[in-house]
Amino acid sequence: MNLSLLQSAAADNRWAALFPELPLALLALLLLVLEIVLPKRQHRSIPVVAILGQLALLVALLVNLRGGMTEQLTFNGLIRHSPMGQFFRVLFLVTSLLVSVLGVVSLARQRMPRVEFFHIVMIVAAAMMLLVQSHHFVMFFVALETVTVGFYILVSYFRTNPLSLEAGLKYLVMGALSSAMLLFGIVLLYGAVGNPALAPSGLAAGAMDFASVRQFLVAHPDNFLAQVGIVLVLSGVAFKIGAVPFQIWVPDVYQGAPTPVTAFLAVGSKAAGFGALVVLAGVFAPCKTLVIPVLSVMAGATILFGNLAALTQYNVKRLIALSGVSHAGYLLIGVIAAYYDPAALSGVYFYLIAYLVASFAVFGVMTHVSGENEADQELEHYADLARTHPFLALVLVIGLGSLAGIPPLAGFIGKLMIFLAAFSAGLYWLLGIAVLGVVISIYYYFGWIKAACFSAWRLPTPAGEATPGLPRTPVAWPARITLGTLAVASVLLGFWQGPLIGWLLAR
Amino acid sequence: MQFDPLLLAIAVPLAVAAAIFAGLPKRYSVRLAYVGFVAPAAIALWLWSRFPANAGEAYQFMSSRDLGLSLLGIKLTLGLNGISLPLFVLAGVVGLAAGLYAIQSGAERLKIYLALLLVMQGGLMGVFASVDVFFFYFFHELALIPSFIMVGIWGGRDRGYAAMKLTIYLTVGAMLSLAGLILIYHQSGAQTFDLITLRAEAMAHPLSVTAQKYGFGLLLFGFGILVSLWPFHTWAPLGYGAAPSSAAMLHAGVLKKFGLYGLLQVALPLAPVGAAHWSGVLTVLALGNILIVGIIALAQRDLKQVIGYGSVMHMGYAFLGIAAMSVVGVGGAVLMMVAHGLSVALLFLLSTCIYHRTHTFDLTEMGGLARHAPVLAAFFVAATMASIGLPGFANFWGELALFVAIWKFSPWVAAGAVAGVVITAIYALRAVAKVFFGPPTDAFSRVVAHVTPVDLRWSERVPALLLLGLLLFIGFWPRSLSAPLNSALGSLAPALAVKAAADPRP
Repeated sequence: MNLSLLQSAAADNRWAALFPELPLALLALLLLVLEIVLPKRQHRSIPVVAILGQLALLVALLVNLRGGMTEQLTFNGLIRHSPMGQFFRVLFLVTSLLVSVLGVVSLARQRMPRVEFFHIVMIVAAAMMLLVQSHHFVMFFVALETVTVGFYILVSYFRTNPLSLEAGLKYLVMGALSSAMLLFGIVLLYGAVGNPALAPSGLAAGAMDFASVRQFLVAHPDNFLAQVGIVLVLSGVAFKIGAVPFQIWVPDVYQGAPTPVTAFLAVGSKAAGFGALVVLAGVFAPCKTLVIPVLSVMAGATILFGNLAALTQYNVKRLIALSGVSHAGYLLIGVIAAYYDPAALSGVYFYLIAYLVASFAVFGVMTHVSGENEADQELEHYADLARTHPFLALVLVIGLGSLAGIPPLAGFIGKLMIFLAAFSAGLYWLLGIAVLGVVISIYYYFGWIKAACFSAWRLPTPAGEATPGLPRTPVAWPARITLGTLAVASVLLGFWQGPLIGWLLAR
Repeated sequence: MQFDPLLLAIAVPLAVAAAIFAGLPKRYSVRLAYVGFVAPAAIALWLWSRFPANAGEAYQFMSSRDLGLSLLGIKLTLGLNGISLPLFVLAGVVGLAAGLYAIQSGAERLKIYLALLLVMQGGLMGVFASVDVFFFYFFHELALIPSFIMVGIWGGRDRGYAAMKLTIYLTVGAMLSLAGLILIYHQSGAQTFDLITLRAEAMAHPLSVTAQKYGFGLLLFGFGILVSLWPFHTWAPLGYGAAPSSAAMLHAGVLKKFGLYGLLQVALPLAPVGAAHWSGVLTVLALGNILIVGIIALAQRDLKQVIGYGSVMHMGYAFLGIAAMSVVGVGGAVLMMVAHGLSVALLFLLSTCIYHRTHTFDLTEMGGLARHAPVLAAFFVAATMASIGLPGFANFWGELALFVAIWKFSPWVAAGAVAGVVITAIYALRAVAKVFFGPPTDAFSRVVAHVTPVDLRWSERVPALLLLGLLLFIGFWPRSLSAPLNSALGSLAPALAVKAAADPRP
């Protein structure tokens, strides 16, 4: 590498363009420093710093929302800034903020070091932001691995809990497998794109660059090596979003992980996967004839598997895990429809927003209806929740209703947009499967609501014996505000979307 | 912002419900609930009095707002035409009656109960005031969800099972009709959910025959499930049997009419060829409603089940009115929907009043209640007569118009429909006899010895009088509804004319 190249590379490093990522990572480091510097009794305030810091970053990001939207490549084409990237930055920052809030509740029940939790969550969130904005396979892989390695630690964070450790191990093995597949796919693509004999004239950048991959695929859409690469890369991403046939890890890992981490996996990791998928779908667009059938089969199978498997679950964490699988399927329909009509992506983005809001409402309730062992959350633990904790029950009903896609909640609008897009794309079979999936999902979502709200008959306890206590954590005011906001947002986004849809459609 | 009565009728109950959910103390909640129930009814009656009799197909009191989906062709457009006005009034009045009855019922966790009823009420007002098909569907679901929860929490026997069955059946119906609506939206090429534009578009460039067939089929079965079309009716008697009285009143009286209304207002004008295609199937299924469900109703021994099956059965007449595809048939169906809504709500209300006095719904364990509660007996007899279709009640006009239309459509079908009236008379009058007359059974004597039944209290009489009064008002002055209805149906006439051209069957 000669000097001039290095110089131009250095000149291209516009650090300010990484506005939310860098400060977020620095904030994460600050937490570790604070832990060393502050006396032990002031360690309580570190999570507060984390939450307030992220809140401040979020406000700053929203104020400067338009600034980061100009389409440009920075860092020598490693990163591509776009309105979509800006959207995902907000999404991930909100996610990590909410995970931190839930983390405070959850960690309070454990005798565990706390600060690292917040640290890793923020680092992972920053990596997710970079992942969806990456424009180069090296950047893509590094960001993805940062996310994945962070999750290895987070999933097994409750290291005294065997289920958490088991989940961590499973995630590690499966994650390593998926990374290997992804890497193999990348290598095949690199090999094909970098082949001087096949290179189309005027290849702009190196063979790892998304633009050149796309350029290559336009020239050779039926190159076998590249096609195998595409399928492998898509498989690697499918692991992240939990799509069939790469969903096998989902229930066990979701169950064993601490509930806030489950929420992070369900929302953050999935959204990151979809952000990456949307980018890659654009890169692989010249190979439509291969990508569409692969994704279509995946979407149909994912919806059916997720819903049918969730039907039989009694553990709510497994239930929400499998229902999350089905949501990945609905989102995939949106991604496929975007091949026919790019406006379909607005449906995917809105669906992600609605899914985030509703999921965190549900996970927030789950965090509170839980004892020390967070893997042990059965449907029957929700008995009489409406009587003892009406607030939590209300939030749960709204969250689940939105996930089920019932009007007038946000989830319905998301599903409607995806269905409309699928209709105009002519994906009638997928639409039929999706409608069937929604109907099936009503059974388990409603079953959960039933468990929480409808008083069930229970064995009368003999006199003198206390009724076995159900695991409940009192709701402190920060959590109350957060959950209340999420519930109101779910309702509000169902009634009134304001300029949001217009903004998303204009993307 | 200008005064918009329709928006107010929707927003007031919802706002009150939101206030109650937000944690208003019980005392204020109940007071505010009165406002939430009275406002829509008052607005509905006021608009009725101001509605021009010869408005034609035009919508009155129109307003339109963009809530953020306008790029998808969705706007909150509100308005009333001659078809929606009667149902809007029905929703207001039945909602008020159900609300008043709920307030005096002293249900457990009354606040939440009232809040859910108010959400339902707001949704119902929205359903019939929406000109935008999306919001028409949206408000229906908004009204539907509380009914699931109310059945589950305040329901009677088998409530868990009933709530689940209700939810799944109605979700299937709703999803099918949503698919049908999206199909029509997409195929029309208008890229809007606005009904007026869609109609104009369908008039100018009718949808392709295939799209009409599929679209109407989806809507027929989707809406049909929601209206308890035979053989998809099994959720209804079960659900109504388990539902608390106010929820049953609103659901059976008003919400169920959504499907029929959708068929009349959306499916028929937009897909007339599809309607002609499905007309034969619909006739058979509707006769199934009348005859088969009627016979099932004969076999019931439980008062609420009798009323529940009876209400399913009466839906058959309205379906036949649609299948006949004539202006008289459709008009009769609308009148029938209003009259049936009022009478079935009254029956559910009174049956709960009876339960409070006999402590059972089992017809074989009652008898001689008239001696203790003559006013209740008089009300119940009047409600029964109304549902049989005695002249003087609104139901008479609906059935009369329907029979005329069905006779023209096919005399054989008319014979079946008339046989249904006989069946209704048998089970309804037998129920009256078993509850109120004859010697008291042993079981009832024991109950009487325990607590002497009192007659209908004023708090129960007011809602009942409200419903009965409107039934009689329409019964004696049907013009008040039929004039705007008739002038609005003129717009359907060209769509209905398709029938004659497409289907030469007698």
